[in-house]
Amino acid sequence: MDYTQVTKDQQDHMLATVGVDSIDRLFEVIPEPIRFKGQLDLPQAASELELQQELTHLASQNHTAQDRACFMGAGAYDHFIPAFIDPMISRGEFLTAYTPYQAEASQGSLQAFFEFQTQIARLTGMDLANASMYEGATAAAEAVLLAVNHTSKRRVLVAETIHPDTLAVLKTYTEDLAVDLIMIPQPAKGAGRLNPDTVRELVDDDTACIIVQSPNIFGIIEPIKDLFHAAKEPDPSQTKRPGKQPIAISIFNPISLGLLRSPGECGADIAVGEGQPLGSPLQFGGPYLGLFAAKKAFARKMPGRLVGMTHDKDGRAAFCLTLQTREQHIRGAKATSNICTNQGLFALRATMYMTAMGPEGLQEVAELCTHKAHYLADQIAQLPGFSLAHPDAPFFNEFAVRCPFPASQLLDLAAEQGFLAGVALNNPRLGSVGCDHGLLIAVTEKRTRQEMDQLVQVFAQITQKTGGSNA
Amino acid sequence: MTQTFMEPGMSKTTDQKSNIARRSDRPVEPTIFEKDSPGLRAIDLPALDVPRSELPEDLLGKGPSWPAIGQLQVVRHYTHLSQRNFGLDGEFYPLGSCTMKYNPRINEWAASLPGFLHAHPLQNDRDIQGLLELVWNTQQFLAEIGGLPAVSCQPAAGAHGEYTALKVICAYFKDHGQSQRTVVLAPDTAHGTNPASCAMCGASVVAVKTTQGYTDIADLKRIIAEQGPDNIAAFMITNPNTAGLFDAEITKIAEVIHAIGALVYLDGANMNAVLGKTRPGDFGADAMHYNTHKTFSTPHGCGGPGWGPIAVADFLEPYLPTPRVIKNDDGSFSLSTDHPRSIGKVRSFIGQIGVAVRCYTYIRACGPDGLTNIAEQAVLNANYIAAKLCDVYEMPYFDAALGKFCAHEFVTVPRRLLDQGVSLLDIVKRLIDYGIHPPTMHWPVHDCLMAEPTETESLQVLDHFCDAMLAIAQEIESDPESIKNAPEDATICRADEVGAARKPVLVWPEG
Repeated sequence: MDYTQVTKDQQDHMLATVGVDSIDRLFEVIPEPIRFKGQLDLPQAASELELQQELTHLASQNHTAQDRACFMGAGAYDHFIPAFIDPMISRGEFLTAYTPYQAEASQGSLQAFFEFQTQIARLTGMDLANASMYEGATAAAEAVLLAVNHTSKRRVLVAETIHPDTLAVLKTYTEDLAVDLIMIPQPAKGAGRLNPDTVRELVDDDTACIIVQSPNIFGIIEPIKDLFHAAKEPDPSQTKRPGKQPIAISIFNPISLGLLRSPGECGADIAVGEGQPLGSPLQFGGPYLGLFAAKKAFARKMPGRLVGMTHDKDGRAAFCLTLQTREQHIRGAKATSNICTNQGLFALRATMYMTAMGPEGLQEVAELCTHKAHYLADQIAQLPGFSLAHPDAPFFNEFAVRCPFPASQLLDLAAEQGFLAGVALNNPRLGSVGCDHGLLIAVTEKRTRQEMDQLVQVFAQITQKTGGSNA
Repeated sequence: MTQTFMEPGMSKTTDQKSNIARRSDRPVEPTIFEKDSPGLRAIDLPALDVPRSELPEDLLGKGPSWPAIGQLQVVRHYTHLSQRNFGLDGEFYPLGSCTMKYNPRINEWAASLPGFLHAHPLQNDRDIQGLLELVWNTQQFLAEIGGLPAVSCQPAAGAHGEYTALKVICAYFKDHGQSQRTVVLAPDTAHGTNPASCAMCGASVVAVKTTQGYTDIADLKRIIAEQGPDNIAAFMITNPNTAGLFDAEITKIAEVIHAIGALVYLDGANMNAVLGKTRPGDFGADAMHYNTHKTFSTPHGCGGPGWGPIAVADFLEPYLPTPRVIKNDDGSFSLSTDHPRSIGKVRSFIGQIGVAVRCYTYIRACGPDGLTNIAEQAVLNANYIAAKLCDVYEMPYFDAALGKFCAHEFVTVPRRLLDQGVSLLDIVKRLIDYGIHPPTMHWPVHDCLMAEPTETESLQVLDHFCDAMLAIAQEIESDPESIKNAPEDATICRADEVGAARKPVLVWPEG
């Protein structure tokens, strides 16, 4: 079914109104040699009932967090989603509206985005936030481009411990531009977190920004306040750097901010993050939403949609898209970004999640994640052959362990027992950030003590069976 | 105004005695920050079932200062907000270039199946065969529809697809020792995203003149000579173009571009008009993007998520982003990352897979004949409205008598009406009173309206739109002042957008 709803008789009436005798006349403008003849090589139309059957079958071929206890993270997390969100974002007025260009016909989405911007600004301790970006990695890349343009400098200090996908996107976004990515290494291989002294050594007069993720790819909380301080305060022996000071960009996990110090409290100028944990399902990596918050000074340089509060002719509170002169449809090549859409529906999910959770709910989620993750880490560390990869580093809801044999093997065997037990650090889709025996385990509020105890047992059994023979 | 059938919600409700609730009577919905009741909870959580482990004090923050609200109040808040929005489900939404077609609910149903919804992006290939099969098939569909064999599902939206394809093109030239090719040509009526995407690739953009909406081939040749044929990387073109016209010279343009060793990029924003009628790969495009939220009915969701998969010719395939979905010899599917000439990643993980499920479902529902029918009906609907309105609303590119038809959308520059002292804004805001979302304004040319009815609207709705447009023209003829306060029946009167930009208030004040 193609969902058209004009009858044959009506079509004839319409053709007569246009003054042609057939629809083909309207397509004669396409030169004959390039007209497509015949039928596209696609499967024939399926009825809705057949489609339901086909899709149910395809969906049933997947074994997901729905039927396995999920301890996978590395940038996408299996968090609890309140039940009211799905029916609410399914309302046609939200689902089937376009970008709110016409304020008088779009007050609902505009107000929701304004509230979203405020919530994200308050969460991150920043002055303002935009109405969302594609996802976390592109938000980080856009932040770096903003910093480079703002400072007119080209060196970008990148924490070695950021998500490999973020690094990959940063490379793609900067390789054709006048930008040098300089990695900030861990002070020692396997340290898991950065040292401010390393930053102090790398920062120079041509440094546009420093970008750090915390919790980082290993789940470890970075000393971002000290790292940003090191980037901004020159060595006491030197004079103040010429030009603009380096911009501090913090990559955050929104759930962690229920508990941890916010980017703003740590001295960040721009804070970006993956918003998926705020009420969006995993859905195999997307769509998610990028979070982008910044200090006031960047208001007119930010990428993405911004909603402002104003009033109407009668003095009633009203909302509209604003500062559009930054954007591609006005500025073309001089725009701050080519971004056109935000992730409207997913920003709505996130704002609904944040409103429903409230400050106490978010704190509770963050605490549940922390306590549970630490419980599981303690249990696994006690298993023969297993150890924490970074035993002295503070972590939030995710940690790396060393297994007695390749992590991929452990994951396969645990899957048979009903667990998505984690992410192997040598997963090629993760850019191979670690050794074969490294396993990254994430724990959300959804995991129960019983599931964790079972997982530990499964690990113990697998180790016993294989005798750690591959170790 | 002649009385015609009106769908509920489409009638003009300025009559105070009308028993239909006026949108303007709806009270302002206070923000959530005005509803703060500290201590209230909308959602409870399970009790802690493990021992506590405290983090070092110096890592802890003070938490967000969000309002606390009960659950019913939360639900009412968003219900009320939704009632302050036009959406395609409720209103005709003829935004030109946006293809606001019906979004079948089966697509939403499919995307919410737990086997799709809860898959983690780093799961083992073996656990996600159904998903990979779906994505692979979707890629095959898009390759066939575009006539370009290799598809990447990674770009997050149309503009992101443009960017990705340009990166691919630049990578191809670098790989072939032609890294000097950094000039991209685009018609002066191109989507704003085109030049912005080029700038992000470090390419410079040169605008090519258009005449009557069409690319001026003489100017194209002049610019090529001026810039140096060896410096040109690509020509970006939208076809049907941004004026809603199919550029019949496209093969000639492609010849000119290919003759100098450059590539043709097709902005697929207007693919709805040519589905099954002609294929970019057949008319000379080397790369293109789709806007699935336009062509393939995935919902616009107040501005996203979009999805901008790209399709490219064989010789560009090695440069596509990773990971890629591939079909193995044994019929199984994998995500592959080992592509040394790839441009790398343009976003995290794999792509907008939740949108891909909707796109797949739609293409399967339509089938090949359905897709062709979509193009035909979309084009007929646009020409039908244009024919009914052209006596009153001047149409620079439409003249049925001369055989000049539009594609799936039409442009009007209503000069006679504007000369009566009204603005374009007055006209479009008045449409809101008729229960119709305004068309696109001032694009692709100044003082124009661009309307795209899409194929899914009924004849009654198309007639209602025409009647409303004609009624507004009459209102202007009799008293131009009468529409200056429009909309009269919206949740707000005209918003002060100038003031909003002058003194931006982007967050609700703290405290």
